[in-house]
Amino acid sequence: MSENQNTPADASTEVTAHGTDHGELVHPERFTDPGVPEHRHRLTDTDPQANKRAERTVTLLFVLSILGTVGTLVAYVMVPPEGGTSGVRLSTLLLGLGLTVSLLGIGIAGIHWAKTLMGDHEMIQERHVTRSSDEARTGAVADLKEGAADSGIGRRGVLKGAVLSALALFPLTIAVPLIGSVGGDWKVSKFKHTLWEKGMRLAIDPSGRPIRAADVTVGSVFHVIPDVTEEYRESHEWITEKSKAVVLLVRLDPQDIKSEQGEGWSYDGIVAFSKICTHVGCPVALYEQQTHHLLCPCHQSTFDVADSAKVVFGPANRPLPQLPITVDDEGYLVAQDGFAEPVGPSYWERLK
Amino acid sequence: MSTTASTKHTEAPAQPTTGAGKAADYLDQRTSIGVAVKEFARKVFPDHWSFMLGEIALFSFVVLLISGIFLTMFFQPSMALVEYHGEHPANMHGQLMSVAFASTLEMSFEVRGGLLMRQIHHWSALIFMAAIVVHMMRVFFTGAFRKPRELNWLVGCTLMILGLAAGFSGYSLPDDVLSGNGLRITDGVIKSIPVIGSFMSYMVFGGEFPGEHIVPRLFTIHILVVPGLLLALIALHLFLMVLHKHTQYPGGGRTNQNVVGYPLFPVYITKMTGNFFIVFGVLALMGATMAINNVWNYGPFDPSPVSAGAQPDWYMLFLEGALRLMPGQGTEWVILGYTLSLNVLIPAVVIPGILFTFLFVYPFVEAKVSGDQREHHVLDRPRNVPTRTALGVTFLTAFIILALAGSNDLIATHFDLSINTITWVFRILLFVGPVFAFWVTKRVCLGLQRKDRELVLHGHETGRIVRFANGEYIEVHRPLDEQERWLRVNYDAPVPLRLEPKTDARGVKRKGYAADRRWHRVSRFFFEDRVEPVTPAELAAAHSHGEHDALGAAEHPALEAGVGAGTAQEH
Ligand code: HEM
Ligand code: FES
Repeated sequence: MSENQNTPADASTEVTAHGTDHGELVHPERFTDPGVPEHRHRLTDTDPQANKRAERTVTLLFVLSILGTVGTLVAYVMVPPEGGTSGVRLSTLLLGLGLTVSLLGIGIAGIHWAKTLMGDHEMIQERHVTRSSDEARTGAVADLKEGAADSGIGRRGVLKGAVLSALALFPLTIAVPLIGSVGGDWKVSKFKHTLWEKGMRLAIDPSGRPIRAADVTVGSVFHVIPDVTEEYRESHEWITEKSKAVVLLVRLDPQDIKSEQGEGWSYDGIVAFSKICTHVGCPVALYEQQTHHLLCPCHQSTFDVADSAKVVFGPANRPLPQLPITVDDEGYLVAQDGFAEPVGPSYWERLK
Repeated sequence: MSTTASTKHTEAPAQPTTGAGKAADYLDQRTSIGVAVKEFARKVFPDHWSFMLGEIALFSFVVLLISGIFLTMFFQPSMALVEYHGEHPANMHGQLMSVAFASTLEMSFEVRGGLLMRQIHHWSALIFMAAIVVHMMRVFFTGAFRKPRELNWLVGCTLMILGLAAGFSGYSLPDDVLSGNGLRITDGVIKSIPVIGSFMSYMVFGGEFPGEHIVPRLFTIHILVVPGLLLALIALHLFLMVLHKHTQYPGGGRTNQNVVGYPLFPVYITKMTGNFFIVFGVLALMGATMAINNVWNYGPFDPSPVSAGAQPDWYMLFLEGALRLMPGQGTEWVILGYTLSLNVLIPAVVIPGILFTFLFVYPFVEAKVSGDQREHHVLDRPRNVPTRTALGVTFLTAFIILALAGSNDLIATHFDLSINTITWVFRILLFVGPVFAFWVTKRVCLGLQRKDRELVLHGHETGRIVRFANGEYIEVHRPLDEQERWLRVNYDAPVPLRLEPKTDARGVKRKGYAADRRWHRVSRFFFEDRVEPVTPAELAAAHSHGEHDALGAAEHPALEAGVGAGTAQEH
């Protein structure tokens, strides 16, 4: 390939003369291109019978495709997706198989046709350098210069400034209203608040039934939401609030508790932690009784519930925030207060 | 037909008589399409199975368009809450869910062929991305990105990123638990961005996660913005491909000045059409027989439940893996009261940033350090560019290790290993693996090149042993034929850039010396180890040597090209 090349324009490369340092005989520097290999005939080129056979195969494949289409139509009429999942599966399968045959028939026929019956003589065409010719370039530059002179933009400084400013500024007319509204009310401080507040009962997710401390046996786990009305739980707002407020509650043997995030934040061995992972926010949901470890299924951050939910493994850095709890007069578990820190993943102004 | 036109062209050839002829005439008089047909009908395209990879990507994109339009007829991108009244599936009956989720269920259970189209669409997305990645590998390892195709490489890289965006935005549309958690992870990653993270999160979700805007927004991105950009860039990609003419593999008669292959019409058109139908057929078969993303098994989005072993689509696994491998302890910094979450930023922003930057800049770096400004239309055999090949394998190794790490929980449960151990193994592998892969690949390439030299110089071993009168045995070697030899000698082994001296002729310190020296180092890294192609002189020497052999020399010293052999020869 290189004997046809122009020498590289880069001056930093050197060219070593070659060819005479192997003794008396002078050899060319490089081998010469033997040219395109000899053409080999296919069976279908030489044997008329093979040719005929290939033609028949191709025809047959197209016919098969037609049958596939017919099959799909039949399946469409005869096998409606009835009777739940299995009916849908059957209908999907039959429609899909018909479609497959219909498509593969055409596809394989085309390829077979091209490979066996269409010309297989390699052709050679020239390439040209991509760069346009010097003339074209000079012409283009001249045209541009002429045009620029025509517009007089070079001489009219103020006009130039005005054009550029107008073009640069007009997008604001769209961007400002868009940015104003695209982030809703832009009150990012909402990240810091959840529905939890003093006296809010802990309820079971998703039924919404409040939890009595007496019903929580040692070792059991509850998925907890704040006790709000059923009506509220059917609003869209709820999904957003629930995304921050979900809590996981575990009852440990009080002696197993090594530490808590606040004095007296647990009740009789019952501890409650935010369920939103401090890594990037998945719900932390896998609890292992023996080790008191809570595992986030997303990236396997592991928290020790008996030890202030400290991170024992994985990509999370901070413990899950603890919800301080106690019981009310009727024996139901309630929050002593909201979370002391924002729940969920970290963000820039989290501590501000 | 216009009479004025025919009167004007008094010497015009005979009037068309057939229907097709008349139609063509009609069209040509209004579009001069004849010129285009003349230009393109017999345009030659080189042929090779690996050139089909890009086609597969293109065709699966077409299938995505077809199946996607079908889906848009039934899918409702709304997060308003409804109670599901459909009869099937039974476990969803009466549940509260978003309209998006409900319409996905209805589309699957009530629209005939709806589930089929959903499954075809999803499988096409996976194959689309796979084809793009493998196509990129082909282009990379054969050096098809070299001048004049660097810009098309950039277009290709952008297409890949758009493909990721298409997949991600589509995956999130049904609003199920799985994709909802994916969005939640995205939200966590966005929030970790310094200074503007919280505002970006609000911008994306129109308020707090999940809010009620994200599905309609993703829908617009998924069916308008991204496909529009993809279409435009695919058009540009193909335009540039035609403009440059396709590259060809090395071989007899293939030079940088010609293109050897088959004509567009009829051979290439038929093959391409055939391939389209085959790709579509295979995707239809996958959609028909392999269930995918049966969202009713996960349920509508609810911020509370999550299941272990949930996997994103494969092309997102490397990000997932990066997030999993990063140790969290000590990597979240508080500076002046502001929180910088390196434990999220490094895996989710820095690592993909490095990977993508590598892809975008590679062609320019290679061009710079080889000092090569020629056009290249003949592809490289990967072994002949050891450092490039090794870097490509290094990249893939890192990508694969990250993707495997993204399935570490599945590996743990499948092989009954501790997840912590696996994570640690992957953490170490991520650093050791790519380095090792580089070293091994480079050695293998140099080894293959030496083997090529060996073959050219001494021919094929025939296994035939001959005994000479003096009792010596030698094996008969059959010399390579012209084509075989040409394939193995027809390549360049560039030498590292020469570093101009620090001072110029007058002893004045040269500007830009420091930069030159840095590039010189990179250039040495690329080209210091090299194996030169055999020259005719060497072959002649080897042959005369072989005769001496036959005459009784006891040894067979191989004429081996040393690494960085002194016979360095430039282009
Ligand atoms: C470049 C390509 C595209 C990719 C990679 C892609 C990928 C995806 C994926 C992974 C899904 C989730 C499917 C599921 O529910 O299992 C999806 C859904 C969807 N896509 Fe695409 N898609 C692409 C192009 C398009 C186009 C061009 C359209 C329409 C014009 C479209 C329309 C839809 C619709 C309506 C859905 C939601 C329906 C549903 O989830 O069942 N997609 N897409
Ligand atoms: S979100 Fe919990 S570990 Fe990543």
